[in-house]
Amino acid sequence: MLTAGLLAFSITSCKKNLILTPNDQVTQQQVFSNPASITQAMAKVYGSFALTGNDGGSGAPDIAGIDEGASDFFRQLWLTQDLSTDEAVYTYNDAGVQDMHNMVWGETNQVLQGLYDRSLYQITLVNNFLQQTTPALLASRGITGNDATTIGYYRAEARFLRAYQYWVLMDVFGNPPFVTENTVLGSGLPPRIARADLYAYVVSELKAIDPLLVKPMQNQYGRADEAAAWALLARVYLNAGVYTGTADYADAITYASKVIGAGYSLNPNFTQLFLADNNLNAGVPGGGVATQDEFIFTINYDGVKTQGYGGTQFLTHGSQGGSLENPADFGVASGYSEIRTTSAIIALFPTPPFTDGSHFPNNGNPDTRAQFWYPGQSLAITSIPVFSNGIAVTKFRNVTRAGAPGQNTTYSDIDMPLFRLSEMYLIYAEATIRGGAGGDAAKALTYVNLIRTRAYGGSTAGNLNSTTDLTLQFILDERGREFFWEGFRRTDLIRFGLFTSSTYVWPWKGGVAGGTGVGDFRNLMPIPESDLSANPNLHQNPGY
Amino acid sequence: MRKNYSKKYVLLCAFLMMSVMAFAQTGGIKGTVVDDTNQPLPGAAVSIEGTTIGSSVDVNGGFSIAHLKPGTYTLVAKFLGYIDLKKTVTVENSVVIVNFGLQSTNASLNEVVVIGYGTEKKKDLTGSIATVTEKDFNTGDVTTPEQLIQGKVAGVSIISNSGAPGAGSTILIRGGASLQGSNQPLIVIDGVPLSNNGIAGAANPLDLINPDDIASFSILKDASAAAIYGNRASNGVVIITTKKGKSGKPVINFNTQLSVGKLTKEAPVLSAAQYRTYITQISPDTSFTNQLHSYNTDWQKEIYQTAISNTDNISISGTTGKLPYRVSVGYTDENGILKTSSLDRYTSNINLSPSLFTDHLKINFNFLGSYVKQRFANQGAIGSAASMNPTDPVYSGNDFYGGFYETLAPTAGHPETVNTLATRNPLGLLDEENNRSNVYRAITSLALDYKFHFFPDLHANVNIDYDGSNGSGFDDFLPTAASQQPGTADANGVTQFGSNHNYKTTQGNSTIEGYFSYAHDFKSIKSHVDAVLGYSTQTYSQTMFNYATYFSNGEQYPGTTPNYPFDLQKSELASVYGRLNYSYDSKYLITGTLRQDVSTRFAPGIRTGYFPSVAGAWVISNEDFLKGNTVLSNLKLRLEYGVTGNQDGIGNYDYLSDYSLGNPSAQYAFGSTYYEMYRPGAFYPGRTWESTATTNLAFDFGFLNDRITGSLDLYYRKTKNLLATTNEPEGTNFSNTIVANVGDMQDKGAELSINAKLINTKDIAWSAGVNATLNRNKITSLTAVPNPNFPGLPQGGIAGGLGNNIQIDQVGYAKNSFFVYQQVYDANGKPLNGVYVDKNGDGIINSSDLSVVHSPDPQEYFGINSDLRVKQWSAGFSARASLGNYAYNNVASSTGFSSNFLSPNGIVNGSSNVLQTNFTNPAYLSDYYIQNASFFRMDNIHIGYNFGKVFKNTGDLKISGNVQNVFIITKYTGVDPEITNGIDNNLYPRPRTYVLGLNLSL
Repeated sequence: MLTAGLLAFSITSCKKNLILTPNDQVTQQQVFSNPASITQAMAKVYGSFALTGNDGGSGAPDIAGIDEGASDFFRQLWLTQDLSTDEAVYTYNDAGVQDMHNMVWGETNQVLQGLYDRSLYQITLVNNFLQQTTPALLASRGITGNDATTIGYYRAEARFLRAYQYWVLMDVFGNPPFVTENTVLGSGLPPRIARADLYAYVVSELKAIDPLLVKPMQNQYGRADEAAAWALLARVYLNAGVYTGTADYADAITYASKVIGAGYSLNPNFTQLFLADNNLNAGVPGGGVATQDEFIFTINYDGVKTQGYGGTQFLTHGSQGGSLENPADFGVASGYSEIRTTSAIIALFPTPPFTDGSHFPNNGNPDTRAQFWYPGQSLAITSIPVFSNGIAVTKFRNVTRAGAPGQNTTYSDIDMPLFRLSEMYLIYAEATIRGGAGGDAAKALTYVNLIRTRAYGGSTAGNLNSTTDLTLQFILDERGREFFWEGFRRTDLIRFGLFTSSTYVWPWKGGVAGGTGVGDFRNLMPIPESDLSANPNLHQNPGY
Repeated sequence: MRKNYSKKYVLLCAFLMMSVMAFAQTGGIKGTVVDDTNQPLPGAAVSIEGTTIGSSVDVNGGFSIAHLKPGTYTLVAKFLGYIDLKKTVTVENSVVIVNFGLQSTNASLNEVVVIGYGTEKKKDLTGSIATVTEKDFNTGDVTTPEQLIQGKVAGVSIISNSGAPGAGSTILIRGGASLQGSNQPLIVIDGVPLSNNGIAGAANPLDLINPDDIASFSILKDASAAAIYGNRASNGVVIITTKKGKSGKPVINFNTQLSVGKLTKEAPVLSAAQYRTYITQISPDTSFTNQLHSYNTDWQKEIYQTAISNTDNISISGTTGKLPYRVSVGYTDENGILKTSSLDRYTSNINLSPSLFTDHLKINFNFLGSYVKQRFANQGAIGSAASMNPTDPVYSGNDFYGGFYETLAPTAGHPETVNTLATRNPLGLLDEENNRSNVYRAITSLALDYKFHFFPDLHANVNIDYDGSNGSGFDDFLPTAASQQPGTADANGVTQFGSNHNYKTTQGNSTIEGYFSYAHDFKSIKSHVDAVLGYSTQTYSQTMFNYATYFSNGEQYPGTTPNYPFDLQKSELASVYGRLNYSYDSKYLITGTLRQDVSTRFAPGIRTGYFPSVAGAWVISNEDFLKGNTVLSNLKLRLEYGVTGNQDGIGNYDYLSDYSLGNPSAQYAFGSTYYEMYRPGAFYPGRTWESTATTNLAFDFGFLNDRITGSLDLYYRKTKNLLATTNEPEGTNFSNTIVANVGDMQDKGAELSINAKLINTKDIAWSAGVNATLNRNKITSLTAVPNPNFPGLPQGGIAGGLGNNIQIDQVGYAKNSFFVYQQVYDANGKPLNGVYVDKNGDGIINSSDLSVVHSPDPQEYFGINSDLRVKQWSAGFSARASLGNYAYNNVASSTGFSSNFLSPNGIVNGSSNVLQTNFTNPAYLSDYYIQNASFFRMDNIHIGYNFGKVFKNTGDLKISGNVQNVFIITKYTGVDPEITNGIDNNLYPRPRTYVLGLNLSL
């Protein structure tokens, strides 16, 4: 009996410290011990923009509690920034989605929670990457020379990505939790950061990494460079009044000018911006044989190697439906009949000479950015769930400039630019109109006309004649035309005071067919209840 | 017990008759064995004490023993449920007549019950243990073991997951104790604890075991009974014992069954005629009505078939020399009612149970082997059949897409281009997918029980068990299938069709155990003590192989090369356990157990769990004031408390935050170089054992000399350190939620079971059993610190929209409660589309207006069964009822609105519920679709005739007929109210089955 007892005891003791390890995973130390796997860890930091998990399509999600296909960054950003405005209506009753256009979102809205979770997930990856790649750690692991230099750039880029995601959180949610590389992972309750403090942090981070980043247009395609940081600074400064109560148009002008001066140029053909081979719009190494260099920073998708159901996959499949079902034109197997636009957007453009589908994709409209589909669609929206109500969109198409379909008709090859040169022109113009120091109205007019000329296919027919035409309303409308469905609209309408007000309404604004104003508290989205309940340091934004 | 005169005994008697014929006129004994009503007791045994010489008793109660040397012998007559009787006989050179009259005991109380690490007499039990033996098993077309006891045991809910061949069941004992941990009970077959891991290619791991080889089930329901199994016992333990060899000459048993399964009810969708009217009525223009064709196709009729299945089992058991053995083989050919689903199962069971060294060493060797060949039907066809336009034809008349009619989207030059988003031809879906598996499984166990020569009260036991399986298969889509359109570009940019994917998983789980057991009667102090002390070590290993996907032409699908050839999952458990039973004067019983478990699934330092239990019982009927009382013949009070653990349902390596490599289709590019990503896993460093404490108060009772017996159990169960999903503070982990030990949950319940022998004579035996269970589940906490604002955790994804959930785990409510909008109705009681009650009164309807209503779990459930035997005829039924369970009719909610019918991808059919609601748009989260799914189901009605001997003196033949799933009474409007998770979405329907069975013993 005694021996049996001893034997038993020794058997349980030897199990007490037994570490079984999986055959197909590696430890953190292994990953961060050599430059090749550090690059792969960095690929995850970037890749969590485009991908939703470790399997292409779906299967091993990063974010729990949400449909994986919809859990990517840009789709959630689009639903938050564009679906909540005059730019789009959505066919289906997906979780939380109808609340966005109806402007009745609450603190348990799944779309907002999805965006919040994705942004903070990427920030957490950044913090971990920074913790594991400190110069001291690299030196202790024998990583020196060029490898250390490359990793140094990765670190600056990681900080850029973090600043970008904090911009999203600041813009959308205002007062999120605040974590940095000094946060211990795996435990603890992060503090809340107030919007104005976050603004100061984002600005200081971007300025701090400015000298550490690769020079403009010198980095690999898909990686951020110095111009990306400038472009984000310009965008943040333009909205400073919203974030802090104190405008800073002078700095917006400064940083927009820096980007403009860095050597970018517009692609003369607007319709080439959102096609399967739109990497050709990036004048940086690896973007292909660059013909133009309009894109400053992009999220990159690939139909074979970077597969997901979000981002441009969603925009291409979602916009096809009704009689707009032509795989040859779209390079996708079949549309989802999901998203259309409203009459408010159509009204921003000249009336097209054709609406019979004969002049695909822009109906012979002098403004080539008006890429819409009319046959079978009605301008009026009497029923949001019916795809034929509203005008269909042909802007995002998974075909090459030559008309060949993308590599895979289920996924998308189209890259999604987060920063384009034309935004810098319009920031310059708007900040100048708003009285920003250092702005030159004549220069602003020139920049705007560069955009207009490109939009009109090289013709000056759409040009503004004088700086007096350069009104704030014109800028807002021009942004609506130029950045339609690119994730800008909510921020723009808020800056112009029109997002919640009854001054400007659109079909089904506030859940009413004719449109109605909603409470001003909706200029900020609610902190998701899921995090409020997990982190007592947070508190809800007013009104929710 | 009388109705238990089974064919085996009758058969033994037949052999005996033959030996009588050879009877020589030397010394011998013969006579009869009868009961207290002077009825013969066939199947009883008479033997000469201290020898192996003996005889069985024939149908007329006769026995005989020949060729005896003159001398004095002690004869013992034994029969289960009767008190052994000894008589001393002196034999000379003639035949002596000895007759036995056996007195019945309290049969049910002397029944020996299998408990953890040993057996115990039912009267000595202190815990809540239910047993079901062969004689009480459900009959008919039973293809998986758990179906044998469906509805038979209070507190045990067994719901078949679907009607597919070999589909598993969800077994819940007292409702299940966990949220994200496993809720499946621990299943132990002949001492082998089974892993909860599924086996690739098998719908259900238990389906590899032939029900015909099973002798009994013991279900340990409360913690005091289950705590000896500590580590995996929180959801109860099901101990399955297979049949063993019996002493005596070989008995051959053959049974065969032919069964015919039919669909009971089609999903309620519009008929072709209704459909034409409806589409014409709702369609705004001819683009939809143009799609109405002239055919009248009942798509559901097309995909279902009458399924003919058969099962054959043959076994031989007996004793050769000193080796008791039982060998059996079984074959099942099961066809599903959904076309193309089928299962072929070959099983073999070998049991050897020799005793050596004058019974000091008992050896039990058991081998269960099986080979299952299965074809899985594409169950998407069920939804397609409900959705496909009923005015479309089945076949197109041309060669495209296998000849099946498909909805097209013609393009220039290609009129045959299929609309890839349209509903696919359901028959095509079935026909053009070939998903087949081959699964092998062997469970081998060797148990040694050594009784010490110098100290026979002490036994040393060693069990060595191995459960190995190999499941593999392929899923093949024909290149011509419409579902394969428009094809995928291969590495050279050429469009390819069809696909083939292989899968394979092997498992090897071993258990090595050793324990000492000690039992002694201290007669002088009226005490009995037994004790067990042991250890056990279990290792689980699962290897999942990864394969690339190929096109039909054999070329590899781009981006599918796996990073690793296989994924190896391992875990180990080590345990020490002890149990002490003490009884005084057969009146006062006390049991204590303690188990220490170590699981490698938790971080070192927090991986040890201790699971104690204590139980007491007072046998009131053994007190003087009740002794001899025949009205209240048994009364026992039990009080039990115990703690059990759970570590199933979580990952093996989660406490390590390791990095996993993304697959080749999830790479990210820097420049033109694509990198596979290293993703850090979430941290779960503090996760440890979930523990469940159960308090149980029970009465066991027997009336009228135990013709009526039963138990009433009241229990309160509290799960602490609940393995539940919790929101992780954002920014602190690599996941927004983790499964951690947060929260508590409680169950309060009562179980009542009553079994009665209403009539018990030689010619007529009528018995009935009822059981009732009441269970109230409530989540009492879901956060580490109490937080009234915690919104709860969404559960229960549904079809319809993206990412919609219909259930929630919320504090104060039952787990998986429905979480819905309250529907508003007009004056005529018609639901108003999209109009809901503004619960929080803020003037808008959003997710803050969702509220908790109802639970998918029954509040009470019942089982009732009865058997009647009149001479050679027998008949019986078993039925179940369930009250207070609600179901979400996802078929109606996802298809019953007009905009669904007018799909831009071709008009489709949908739930006929649309004619009641006239909904235009979906209302997925309306409580209108939460329906009362209470039901009464007649599971089984059977009738049998026992021919007795069909050959001269042998060949016991019994023929039976069964109808299963006879009828169901319910208000639920979908196909079947019995849905495990409460979300009804095109379940593979459970067929009604007619079974003809034949059983022959030789």
